[in-house]
Amino acid sequence: VENVRLLDRLSSRRAVVGTLYLTATHVIFVENGSETRKETWVLHSQISSIEKQATTATGCPLLIRCKNFQVIQLVIPQERDCHDVYISLIRLARPVKYEELYCFSFNPKLDKEEREQGWKLVDLNEEYNRMGVPNNYWQISDVNRDYGVCDSYPTEVYVPKSATAHIIVGSSKFRSRRRFPALSYYCKGNNASICRSSQPLSGFSARCLEDEQMLQAIRKANPGSDFIYVVDTRPKLNAMANRAAGKGYENEDNYSNIKFQFIGIENIHVMRNSLQKMLEVCELKSPSMSDFLWGLENSGWLKHIKAIMDAGIFIAKAVAEEGVSVLVHCSDGWDRTAQVCSVASLLLDPYYRTMKGFMVLIEKDWVSFGHKFNHRYGNLDGDPKEISPVIDQFIECVWQLMEQFPCAFEFNERFLIHIQHHIYSCQFGNFLCNSQKERRELKIKERTYSLWAHLWKNRADYLNPLYRSDHSQTQGTLHPQIAPCNFLYKFWSGMYNRFEKGLHPRQSVTDYLMAVKEETQQLEEELEALQERLANLQKSQSSNNKVKNMQQDRSKQFGLYTSNNSLANTPQEYSNDLKSFPSRSPSQGDEDSALILTQDNLKSSDPDLSVNSDQESGVEDCSCRSSSGGGCLPSEDSGKDSDEAVFLAG
Amino acid sequence: MEFAELIKTPRADNVVLHCPFHLAVEGTLCLTGHHLIFSSRRRDNAEELWLLHSNIDSIEKRFMGSLGTIIIKCKDLRIIQLDIPGMEECLNIASSIEALSTLDSVTLMYPFFYRPMFEVLEDGWSSFLLEQEFELLSSVTNEWRLSCVNKDFSVCPSYPPVVIVPKSVDDEALRKVALFRHGGRFPVLSYYHKKNGMAMLRSSQPLTGTNGRRCKEDEKLINATLRSGRRGFVIDTRPLAVAQQARAKGGGFEQEVHYPQWRRIHKYIERFNILQESFIKLVEACNDQSHNMDRWLSKLEASNWLTHIKELLTAACLAAQCIDRESASVLVHGSEGTDSTLQVTSLAQIILDPRCRTIRGFEALVVREWLQAGHPFQQRCAQSAYSNSKQKWEAPVFLLFLECVWQIHRQFPCSFEFNEQFLIMLFEHAYASQFGTFLGNNENERAKLKLPQKTMSLWSWVNRPEEMSRFQNPLYEANSLVIWPSVAPQSLQLWEGVFLRWNRPSKFLEEAEVERINIIKYNKDLQAKVNALRRQLAEMEADEEAREEP
Repeated sequence: VENVRLLDRLSSRRAVVGTLYLTATHVIFVENGSETRKETWVLHSQISSIEKQATTATGCPLLIRCKNFQVIQLVIPQERDCHDVYISLIRLARPVKYEELYCFSFNPKLDKEEREQGWKLVDLNEEYNRMGVPNNYWQISDVNRDYGVCDSYPTEVYVPKSATAHIIVGSSKFRSRRRFPALSYYCKGNNASICRSSQPLSGFSARCLEDEQMLQAIRKANPGSDFIYVVDTRPKLNAMANRAAGKGYENEDNYSNIKFQFIGIENIHVMRNSLQKMLEVCELKSPSMSDFLWGLENSGWLKHIKAIMDAGIFIAKAVAEEGVSVLVHCSDGWDRTAQVCSVASLLLDPYYRTMKGFMVLIEKDWVSFGHKFNHRYGNLDGDPKEISPVIDQFIECVWQLMEQFPCAFEFNERFLIHIQHHIYSCQFGNFLCNSQKERRELKIKERTYSLWAHLWKNRADYLNPLYRSDHSQTQGTLHPQIAPCNFLYKFWSGMYNRFEKGLHPRQSVTDYLMAVKEETQQLEEELEALQERLANLQKSQSSNNKVKNMQQDRSKQFGLYTSNNSLANTPQEYSNDLKSFPSRSPSQGDEDSALILTQDNLKSSDPDLSVNSDQESGVEDCSCRSSSGGGCLPSEDSGKDSDEAVFLAG
Repeated sequence: MEFAELIKTPRADNVVLHCPFHLAVEGTLCLTGHHLIFSSRRRDNAEELWLLHSNIDSIEKRFMGSLGTIIIKCKDLRIIQLDIPGMEECLNIASSIEALSTLDSVTLMYPFFYRPMFEVLEDGWSSFLLEQEFELLSSVTNEWRLSCVNKDFSVCPSYPPVVIVPKSVDDEALRKVALFRHGGRFPVLSYYHKKNGMAMLRSSQPLTGTNGRRCKEDEKLINATLRSGRRGFVIDTRPLAVAQQARAKGGGFEQEVHYPQWRRIHKYIERFNILQESFIKLVEACNDQSHNMDRWLSKLEASNWLTHIKELLTAACLAAQCIDRESASVLVHGSEGTDSTLQVTSLAQIILDPRCRTIRGFEALVVREWLQAGHPFQQRCAQSAYSNSKQKWEAPVFLLFLECVWQIHRQFPCSFEFNEQFLIMLFEHAYASQFGTFLGNNENERAKLKLPQKTMSLWSWVNRPEEMSRFQNPLYEANSLVIWPSVAPQSLQLWEGVFLRWNRPSKFLEEAEVERINIIKYNKDLQAKVNALRRQLAEMEADEEAREEP
């Protein structure tokens, strides 16, 4: 469709005209005119809603909201075209079969071996070995090898050694969806562990001997402690309501030596509505400070984030400081339980704060234990009530921790944002389906590529320049401040206003430091080369001198030879090298990062991200313009102009 | 008066000091004329506290049997608690602190007694003279002149002795204009934008009154800053209604009929008492110990502090936009021209002028646009957020300005030569200091108090290389561009470095800062090494060649 206008959300005065293309996988908008022909690519799987608004004199507006928080407003001249686009997008954004998803057609031009290699990057067996299991207390159980006991669990599950198959099966029958207690994290230092399960089917009075034995076995696997915590991550009221349906929570009287604890994290429906409310605040046109703060408070989003963090902090403290094992569950044990277990693991173990470790953590607590990615993130057309930003909240918890512990994480904010993007993009197979079983049936590993390999390949972009593996902040358990700490939880504009570059700091400290570090590395290499040359030169000079003493004539040739030799290393080349160092003048900092992004994320592989980097250089552009000042109207400038417009109107 | 009279109990033993995030320490408390000193004597200097009495904003006492507790709330927002055994000692100490922290006379303040322990390399009192500023200006334009019309402070008591005005306006005219402006604050040059020759002026409101009085000289003065055929903007920091009401009291605003070349924009910036209230509410919210997230956000919202920040930044951006983008001259004023006016003109310069983003440039800005321009520091900073006495004149006007600078700094972290600590240091010294810089309400009072002769300047201390190194931003790379900050709510944050400074563990953030400095230092060291080696190699090779071909 031609002559489509892409509106800027903040200022309707600024719109670009271009052509809209629909392909099998993307919506593409190409700007007319301008030399760069800026392109905006949106994956169909990123589209969360499409809204056709009332036709105006200028055309028919179409509003596309994306799951990565991009909002695109188009005006299509012809009502009929608009309707066609609308209908097609509705169909394209809601695939009904997995095979329609982008990952089955996406081809990053890797051969079969590279693809297999990519899938092997994260290996959970290796991870459990790293934790120190199997050992005297824990063993791998094959009770679920054909998904016979629990179809949402992985085939390989770690359980206490004293838990026999009989106990496991018995316990599973007493748990929602048969999700019996299994090991999530084992603390080598003191034998304390984090186990996870679903709620018990206790109703008002039911008991299950095997389930009681199961919890007993978990306690015995930690000889240093005479009780375990059972953490129910639901609000007490919700858990009690579940009792009426024959579910519920553990009765302390029936289980020996447990301490039972509620931690009120709300359910997926509350969280979905909360995010919705917060996004409405983000979308406000020029909100006042009060509108924004009031809306943020009213959404309750940060309160929920804090609740998840508090639960994680509680568990990490129990494991690290008290040396007590913890069993965590919610209702089904695949949403809140996953959040809380992974936050606790992240606090406890520095390994999960490395890039590789973080991939492992998501693979362990989310992918393998049957977090329902397909339902929660609406990859296939499904029940909208199943959709909820569960992993988004976990990712935000990580960001909140990064803000409090700037040196503790090997990766940076961009890493988190890209993972969030790909959870929805369906470009890689990692997050397809609802369980390991489904993924095996679909043969994901044979037919799609792994995100982790892709991120690992580009890991230089995701490094936190402040991270040092030997830094004290990197070691051991993280202890976030507990009280008073409300003010420590902040709105994450880097995520939720991700596509509005005008709102973000115009110079990125991270990018700047990354450029400095890159330059440092080149300098180190050059230093080494120079020292080597110096040593050679000195050697040759001294030998030269000796030769000179013996035979004046030949020394000349020698000298010539060596100096020629060093010419081959050419000082000119070094000075060229110096020029090619990432230039670090702040206004160019943006451009650098943009370059890094575009070169690594090929258009075909990561369209949205490269568009993102276009915008980044766009910011750079206008700061240049502001230096030249003249030619262009202020209204051409970045995000702030809308504000300027407001100043003048006022 | 002798300080000793006020100190009934100069010393108390077995006092326990409680500070947030530190274990309680037992030690000895001493009171001197200007300091409260606490020493644990456990290790040398390890647990010492030196607190200026003038830094104390309020104190509370409580008793539990014979154990007295004093809670001291400081102007830098810190709260400490002292447990003092013995009711009488405790009462004595509390009343001494109360008396010593609220001395009436300026000349009893610590700066008059302070003897510096460092060698003065450069006298800060003469570091930033308007004459030097004018010299810089003269190198690019000859449209302006220095006027000494106010040399004995008779034309305008709150102006400095010398000001910069358009060349075409003589001193006689200035005297007339001064009569037409509130407090005699006639329009003077605040900033000259070299790029396009546009000027920013500041003044107080014109005294038009209800009958629309006019002053030809005033019109001529400000018109002298316009290019022919161009219009200028008057930015009035009051809403139209307030400006209209001011006429009843003899004030007013520039009316279109008399100033046809000027377009007036009303950009409301909150007055001092409202700001003070907002400040108090914000600090209360930050000290709230509850675990409730909703309450925190609603309290933050209810304080309106960030709203004031947003309004002020918006007004400053508008002024900068008029100058840089619309190529128009700007006159900024509110009522008196000593508060919101200075906030706007100084922030606009941060946005427009790269020099103001350097350490010395920023110091010069504070001197020029705040101290010399007659911001009444002594009135505004007499009390901070914990004061019980709600006096009319106190207001965190300067703090608000510093926070706006911080907000811009946060958005352009590589464009400022100074770091956050520099801004926090200025905040502290504006409220309580051993230096005389922020004493007095204007140059006139400072001259009468003989501050340059009798006290040490803050700049003499700050500009020493040892101190300076603490305030340098490792990421700084000179950026010659105009920097346009975003004023959207998502882009503005609470200034944790000031408001949560004592409520959050800062260890990890400090470690991060050290790491940043190390990364950059290592890079610079390497660069130096590589360059040295390169030179050495080049020399050796040159020698070699010289030897080859004699």
